[in-house]
Amino acid sequence: MANILVFIETKKDEIREFSLEALNTARKIADASGGKVYALLVGKTDGFDDTLAHYGADVVYKVTDERLSNYLTVPYAKAVKAAMDKAGASVFLLSATSLGKDLAPRVAAKFGVPMVSDLTGLEYKDGKFEIVKPLYAGKVYGTFELSAEPAIISLRPKIFEKGEPDTSRSASSEELTVDLTDDDFRAKVVEVKEKETGEIDVTEADIIVSGGRGVKGPEGFELLRQLIDVLNKAGVGKVALGASRVAVDSGWIDHSHQVGQTGKVVAPKLYMAFGISGAIQHLAGMRTSKVIVAVNKDPEAPIFKVADYGLVEDLFKVVPEMIKELKEIYKVE
Amino acid sequence: MKILVLLKKVPDTGLTLQVKPDGSDIVRDNITYVINPYDEFAIEEALKIKEKLGDVETVAISVGDEGAKEQIRTALAMGLDRGILVKVDGFWDLDGYTTAMMLKDVIEKEGFDLILTGKMAVDDYNSQVPAYIAEFFNIPQATYIVKLELDGNTAKVERELETGMEEWEVPLPAILTCEKGLNEPRYPSLRGIMQAKKKPIDVVEPSFTPSEAIKKVKLAPPPEKAPGKIIDKEFPENVKELIRLLREEAKVL
Repeated sequence: MANILVFIETKKDEIREFSLEALNTARKIADASGGKVYALLVGKTDGFDDTLAHYGADVVYKVTDERLSNYLTVPYAKAVKAAMDKAGASVFLLSATSLGKDLAPRVAAKFGVPMVSDLTGLEYKDGKFEIVKPLYAGKVYGTFELSAEPAIISLRPKIFEKGEPDTSRSASSEELTVDLTDDDFRAKVVEVKEKETGEIDVTEADIIVSGGRGVKGPEGFELLRQLIDVLNKAGVGKVALGASRVAVDSGWIDHSHQVGQTGKVVAPKLYMAFGISGAIQHLAGMRTSKVIVAVNKDPEAPIFKVADYGLVEDLFKVVPEMIKELKEIYKVE
Repeated sequence: MKILVLLKKVPDTGLTLQVKPDGSDIVRDNITYVINPYDEFAIEEALKIKEKLGDVETVAISVGDEGAKEQIRTALAMGLDRGILVKVDGFWDLDGYTTAMMLKDVIEKEGFDLILTGKMAVDDYNSQVPAYIAEFFNIPQATYIVKLELDGNTAKVERELETGMEEWEVPLPAILTCEKGLNEPRYPSLRGIMQAKKKPIDVVEPSFTPSEAIKKVKLAPPPEKAPGKIIDKEFPENVKELIRLLREEAKVL
């Protein structure tokens, strides 16, 4: 039997989708092992009970505290520890977002156990976990057995299914008191600047429009932004702008857009690479995308080896034509 | 002031890696190794602080094999004062907890005001070691920093997250992990390289026995992808065909 605690991340009064992926994964493990699923909300805790129940929680733990309205590593880790103890949980599951990657190892340290991060595969059998994780940014995949107790596990976003909500499910909820001292608030959040509405990070996107050396400069990225604008208006999903290392290092675009081994690892449903040759370090970051499109003048570009659809053509011809075509199909301006 | 910089030896990110036939490891013959790129930002930031404040001791610490002396030496050539190698053969198989436990004794002995390191290592993508160390020493951590300003005993940092930016104030002693964008790491100068030859690198053997809670079963190459289609039509028919395929075949638009 494994009781599982899942950390639930919220943003702008909504549960982040990645937390539902973790919750649904926890549900499956609990069903197979006869355990219960506990969802933990910290800071703002109102109004999420139904959704959490529908995606698999049996119990919702709440740590409602003004001081915790913004994420802070130390008090949050304490809250998780308290919730683990209370639930008698032997598993702690969460999504490997920026927050998740900051929080999980701090919790593992409290228990004095090794943990596993950023998994793409997880299976529970005979009281142990068999896990799969990409190494060297996905150039290699490793399979491992995890026998630590508690098992502390972060899941790569967008890999695990969040499943369909079961509206017949309900959960009990319980307020949790955590003993927090001034010492836990040594680090302070001074300001939170959330991304502007409509600006999506590559790790959160359904579709990534990405540019490399062939884009030639900041103006080329403007053209890609026009394509993103049309896709946004067409309502085909959350669309983000990506870039190769060359484009970032040339100063054409901010590094937060960089995809690759020294940038971000992404897994959107559609990745469109414009003027990207496909250096191994870039391929490492985007090869788990479900569908890959490559547009490049050079037919020998390595990007074509991982592309589902390739176009040997000048991107400066292709992008305007795509914009025109999409505007017609989706009847947008 | 004393700054410790934690760094890791990793395979050059430009390399294609092969898995050994028995799946026990990657093929390591003829691999070139580098300093984990994110750790270079930590080295640079330590040097900038030293240049600004003057009286600062900077120490590079790495858990690695004998060969990792080369990466430590590079950090010294960039300008750090001295190095410590916690020597472990096959260090790439250590989990984050074990690595942190091995660093713990050394860090305790050294003492520090600030620990800087990369936001993650590009080999295992774990981002674990800094948080373990923070907890062991009961100090605050701030991860993914792209801006750092020291104001007396307080580090004012900007953290870059996928959801946006955050400004934190963190009193020292603390551990901070560096994200790309924080600075532009310098190249070692010729003079730096010469000087680094004389800088000491202490070698210590870890007393901690590795945890066995995570057992490697096997390594494998990434799953093969079915070969894709090159759309072989004239412009602009090829663009129309691409969009048709994305909508009707792949169903992603």
